[in-house]
Amino acid sequence: MARMVTNRRVVVSTTAAWCFGFLIFFPILWMILTSFKTELDAFATPPSFLFFHWTTENYATVQERSDYFHHAINSIIIAGGSTLIAMLIAVPAAWSMAFAPTKRTKDILLWMLSTKMMPPVGVLVPIYLIYRDFGLLDSRAGLVFILCLGNLPIVIWMLFTYFKEIPKDILEAARMDGATVGRELIYVLAPMAVPGLASTMLLNFILAWNEAFWTLNLSTLQAAPLTVFIASYSSPEGLFWAKLSAASTLAIAPILVLGWFSQRQLVRGLTFGAVK
Amino acid sequence: MGRISLQGVRKSFGPVDIIKGADLDIEDGSFVVFVGPSGCGKTTLLRLIAGLEDVTGGKILIDGQNVVDVPPAKRGLSMVFQSYALYPHMSVRGNIAFGLKMAGLPREEIDRKVDAAAATLNLTAYLDRKPRELSGGQRQRVAIGRAIVREPKAFLFDEPLSNLDAALRVQMRLEVTRLQKQLATTAIYVTHDQVEAMTMADKIVVLNAGNIEQYGSPLELYERPANIFVAGFIGSPKMNFVAGDAARPYGAATIGVRPEHLRIDGEGQGWSGTVTVAEHLGSDTFLYVDAGKIGTLTVRYVGELDLKAGDPVSLSPDPSRVHCFADDGTSIGTWRSERLS
Repeated sequence: MARMVTNRRVVVSTTAAWCFGFLIFFPILWMILTSFKTELDAFATPPSFLFFHWTTENYATVQERSDYFHHAINSIIIAGGSTLIAMLIAVPAAWSMAFAPTKRTKDILLWMLSTKMMPPVGVLVPIYLIYRDFGLLDSRAGLVFILCLGNLPIVIWMLFTYFKEIPKDILEAARMDGATVGRELIYVLAPMAVPGLASTMLLNFILAWNEAFWTLNLSTLQAAPLTVFIASYSSPEGLFWAKLSAASTLAIAPILVLGWFSQRQLVRGLTFGAVK
Repeated sequence: MGRISLQGVRKSFGPVDIIKGADLDIEDGSFVVFVGPSGCGKTTLLRLIAGLEDVTGGKILIDGQNVVDVPPAKRGLSMVFQSYALYPHMSVRGNIAFGLKMAGLPREEIDRKVDAAAATLNLTAYLDRKPRELSGGQRQRVAIGRAIVREPKAFLFDEPLSNLDAALRVQMRLEVTRLQKQLATTAIYVTHDQVEAMTMADKIVVLNAGNIEQYGSPLELYERPANIFVAGFIGSPKMNFVAGDAARPYGAATIGVRPEHLRIDGEGQGWSGTVTVAEHLGSDTFLYVDAGKIGTLTVRYVGELDLKAGDPVSLSPDPSRVHCFADDGTSIGTWRSERLS
């Protein structure tokens, strides 16, 4: 009897989980399906789910009209560069706050987080003017810099939480064993924090990849990443749903593949320390 | 060599004084146990010696050299932590070798020393395993291996056995003592367990509220406690204390009698009371006796005793074993020694 109840429970909860997962994934699925429709099918009411004329012409048009690879390379450089610099700054910052805290550490952490509460549009004009004067508009370096600054508080917070989970005894043992602070970081802390470091890097990369506000406002062509590439399909002449979907699918494809392969690492990192 | 001297060592965290001026001489090769209740400062004192905390005042001398400004690794000490503090991503070999690697020793020498340490601790078969694949006792051995491989001037142990189950604790206690005698290296061992202290130590330091209450051999502390605190802390079950009228004939404010020094007399003699709980262990019998105004007394009787809760009983202390204490709690000797001297 107990076994039957347990089995039924497993079936119900599994079904519910799949339904919920499908619900979350549906917009992405719909976007992918739309990218294989003609513009007419994309507008059809009622919409057809699977039974439409499948075509890949949208992808060909999109690649023809705007250079996908140019934007993709920009996205990789901007997301990768900003992640790398953010990590270089955040690792020592989080280390010192986790293992050598002062009276003000908590305040600093809160202050850093509070900067994320301000809507970016509030500083758009001053940032735009500074970028114009320093010649950073439509430059990869400018976008790397602004995205790095924007994500730094989250990166430091995440690393701080991971580092806090590492028992202090282990670092003290390393110190007794003669490790300097640098060696302690390289040989003891970093290998132990790998899941945390990896998930932080991945999350920061995804955030930077998808960031649209600054990339749309500070770049036009030369440094324009995939977000600008997608936005170019929403034009005054009208929306081209199928082509927009094809562009969006192409834009998210790399990050989707990356996320798929690193999902185990990501989940492990995000739940790091939650259970002993 | 591993002679350690503390001279007026003080430690404060903000306005709170944790160690209030410790003076201590630890001889080379001796096994010294710091014992005391939770929060007495024993771990802090050990961490001060290790260099993991900075002293607020005073000197710490290792072989005559003041090391208060010397970083932990340069003091020539090794430490075994309560949580083992093994590096989880390294194998047993990696854990034991880490200190030698940091010291820049050649690879062959590191391998030779690690193999020797592993052989001493029966860890040879586990050298390629990760700490998570080991049992509690094996992890503890790895932690000890990491300490001995560096051939330090002294070992520092911070409650290393408290995470082990009772049976394993007794076994490891023996192993640690045997190893220390074999290596003849100075050891400082922190514990709150006075049985561990009594069985392992050459000398015990009893700490209370940041002060060293007494420093001496286990039997010295048992037979001649310096004050009520030490008398109550050393010995299991705890010493019985009697104050007031019953103490007056002994010329003391308070007298102390250990449970094993209370005799069970015929009814009507000595301190009479009623047994509230009787614990029969086979080898010993423990009685908890409600003796009215005198209070509750604990009695340890070697062997089996046919008494149960509710039985009347009469107790009298072994006159040669009555500890006398003054008003301020300091010892004024045992009753007999005072009478005889």
